[in-house]
Amino acid sequence: MSESMFCDMCNSKEINRLNAEFSAKSCNEKLARSLVSAMAVQLDPTIDELSDIVTAVSEAVTNCIIHGYGKINKKKEACIIKFECILYENAIEVGITDEGCGIEDIEKAREPLYTSSPEMERSGMGFTIMESFCDGFSVQSIVGEGTEIRLFKIFGGDNLCENTTIPQ
Amino acid sequence: MKFELAKTGNLLIVKVSGELDHHFADEIRIRIDSELIKPPVRDILFDFNGLSFMDSSGIGMLMGRYKKVKALGGKAWIICNNPNATRILEMSGVFQFIEKCESIHDAV
Repeated sequence: MSESMFCDMCNSKEINRLNAEFSAKSCNEKLARSLVSAMAVQLDPTIDELSDIVTAVSEAVTNCIIHGYGKINKKKEACIIKFECILYENAIEVGITDEGCGIEDIEKAREPLYTSSPEMERSGMGFTIMESFCDGFSVQSIVGEGTEIRLFKIFGGDNLCENTTIPQ
Repeated sequence: MKFELAKTGNLLIVKVSGELDHHFADEIRIRIDSELIKPPVRDILFDFNGLSFMDSSGIGMLMGRYKKVKALGGKAWIICNNPNATRILEMSGVFQFIEKCESIHDAV
């Protein structure tokens, strides 16, 4: 089980957790959105807050399928995406991990409009959307081993305490 | 996701409702491209008013189709009233290439 990276940010206790694993198939993008949505609604978020975290998760899972496992010579069914969702009293944290090819240059991957797969008509906006739709975002990757994305979203963001810091 | 194609003169109208993600973007792309090679189709209008969700896969699909109609000497329009999708379209600069309009009449 992964360590939470963001629990210090929301000053609240963990109240629920979900761990799931699914195949890196594009039909599971919708499954991942349903999972995060089912967890997030327990905190009664606004429509915008819910839509933000759902979109960010969709981007992260799509990245695993297209980039993480896209060029790996292995059946899609055998390529596993790990999904971890932690609920706090006023925030949600989602970890999405693949054991795919990894990212060589994370800084470059995070640049808006940069894509390693222009031939597949990717827009290069995935990381930009994850970063701008969430309150916390991290990416860890080892070439040849895989990538872990962690997304953090505070619900009721107007009530943030002043000393809340966003890790980079 | 629901997907409908209609034609009027040079214009191909693509109506998408439901959730537009990578899974369905691939499917839509193939169906649109098979129409774009049939004259006299030259322009394209995306009607996204029924969209409940879109991520960046939609951007890639849109820009790819924009390039195709541009190569045909045509134009692209989009109708979209979903706030989440509109935000992603704005962030990606899609409206610089694909003109936002309010109704099908603007493109006909």
